[in-house]
Amino acid sequence: MSIPIVDYLVLEPQPHLVAQECTACKAKVFGRHNACPACFNEGFDEYVVPTTGVLKTFTIVQFAAKGIPVPYATGIVNCGGMDVAANITGVDPSPEVITRGLEVQLTTFPLGKDASGVEAIGFGFEPV
Amino acid sequence: MSENVWILGIHMTPFGKHADKDVLDLASEAALAAMKDANVTMKDIQILGYGNLMGGTQGQSLQKQIGQTGIPVFNVSNACATGATALRAAIMAIKAGEADYGLAVGVEKLSGAGLLTGNTAGALPENWTPKGRQGAIMPLDGRIGTTGMAGLFAQIGLAYNDSDPRADFELFARIAEKSHSHSTLNPNAAYQNKMTLEQIMNDPMISYPHTRSMCSANCDGAAAAVLVSETKLRTLPLEQQRRAVKVSASIIATDPWTDGNQELADVNTVTRNASRDAYEQAGIGPEDLDLVELHDCFAAAELVHYDNLGLCAPGNAIDFFNTGATWRDGKMPVNVSGGLQSKGHPIAATGIANVWEVATHLRGEAGPRQIEGAKVGLAHVIGLGSTAGVHILEKSGL
Repeated sequence: MSIPIVDYLVLEPQPHLVAQECTACKAKVFGRHNACPACFNEGFDEYVVPTTGVLKTFTIVQFAAKGIPVPYATGIVNCGGMDVAANITGVDPSPEVITRGLEVQLTTFPLGKDASGVEAIGFGFEPV
Repeated sequence: MSENVWILGIHMTPFGKHADKDVLDLASEAALAAMKDANVTMKDIQILGYGNLMGGTQGQSLQKQIGQTGIPVFNVSNACATGATALRAAIMAIKAGEADYGLAVGVEKLSGAGLLTGNTAGALPENWTPKGRQGAIMPLDGRIGTTGMAGLFAQIGLAYNDSDPRADFELFARIAEKSHSHSTLNPNAAYQNKMTLEQIMNDPMISYPHTRSMCSANCDGAAAAVLVSETKLRTLPLEQQRRAVKVSASIIATDPWTDGNQELADVNTVTRNASRDAYEQAGIGPEDLDLVELHDCFAAAELVHYDNLGLCAPGNAIDFFNTGATWRDGKMPVNVSGGLQSKGHPIAATGIANVWEVATHLRGEAGPRQIEGAKVGLAHVIGLGSTAGVHILEKSGL
């Protein structure tokens, strides 16, 4: 048994992110929205976000909440036109390695089991 | 025509550690000094705008210390734009003709508070249960992005001008070097020590490319302003009219929808909109400004706001900074107070403290850091969420 860290991460058949796309203006957002923040239309369709993208910007966090390993890299990945906030994983979190324009792909990893043995699955982006 | 509004009295407490004073002591000190500066008392004040984001006090708490007169209070909460919003509330009441005199107060006690966001570990639940609008099963900070401000503004800075690679660690450190140099002339700054580029770059890294000395300094402080209608001002003694500072523009704007702004705050568009409206309201342009106090909560933020406030040609902020324009002897002095990185950032006080700094130069009362002959200035703040506040101030022509 496994469960995604957020409901916009869909694990099957292959891991991918699903955004809400406004049926009127096509604005895309993650998570439940009552109406479109761009045009106020109340209808959304599901939009499958491409699993590859380009790192637009980033930071490397050295001071974080307890329980979060540091340093870690995080940034904004542009996936086929949609910006996605995510951690950059699978590489040394240093500015020599992580650069703007880096081509990356979606990846998932286990985050731990709860009391009933269900595995939490997180996501990030790693260099292609 | 709505009323023109002027600053009649204004005060900022020294920023730093005030171990012997509580929030209401600091708020009282600022409010009483601003009223003394304006030669008014609580009896004259008809509206109070009040902000104390982290301390939980209300304007009513302040009234109980300095004068309970029954006037309306607007308690505002707008992140780092809280002080500017309190000011705006008082200005709106005067513009609307509902008051001749208004008071705005912002206060905070933050010494030793550490990182204000992104440092609270949420306990992991016993069982994974999706919660909230994203169905999160655990706290997301650090697992999907960061809520830490140093990291958010790092991303904003590194994204400047389509992620221009020249917007780098050393450039941002040189902006902080300017801040820490300017603050040596400001006796009210929390940190008045000069720092070399090497010291700044070797300071502990908080969130790359922001080291500790490139981040705004948590501290204690308060600022307050007495506003007056132009009609009332013209009945006051000539000396008061000469020292009064005109509020030529007062704008509060929030972030409009832009692609991706729910993934990373877009502080650029909101600041551009606020400054555009402010210049239009004031009938002046950025080329007319003699000094600017902008919201350099982190070194990278200062760079993007050169562009957002129209201080340089679009996309040209890096070259603009490299010419030395924004140093106090440059053609567009920015943050001659030392800015938030060294003057300090007692959050709700900041939006009035920036106005105090500009007003003090326009009055010719800024002492050793005076920008000579300053006639027009701009004060800008950003509250994440997001809100931009822009006030344009002009010296009296009398």
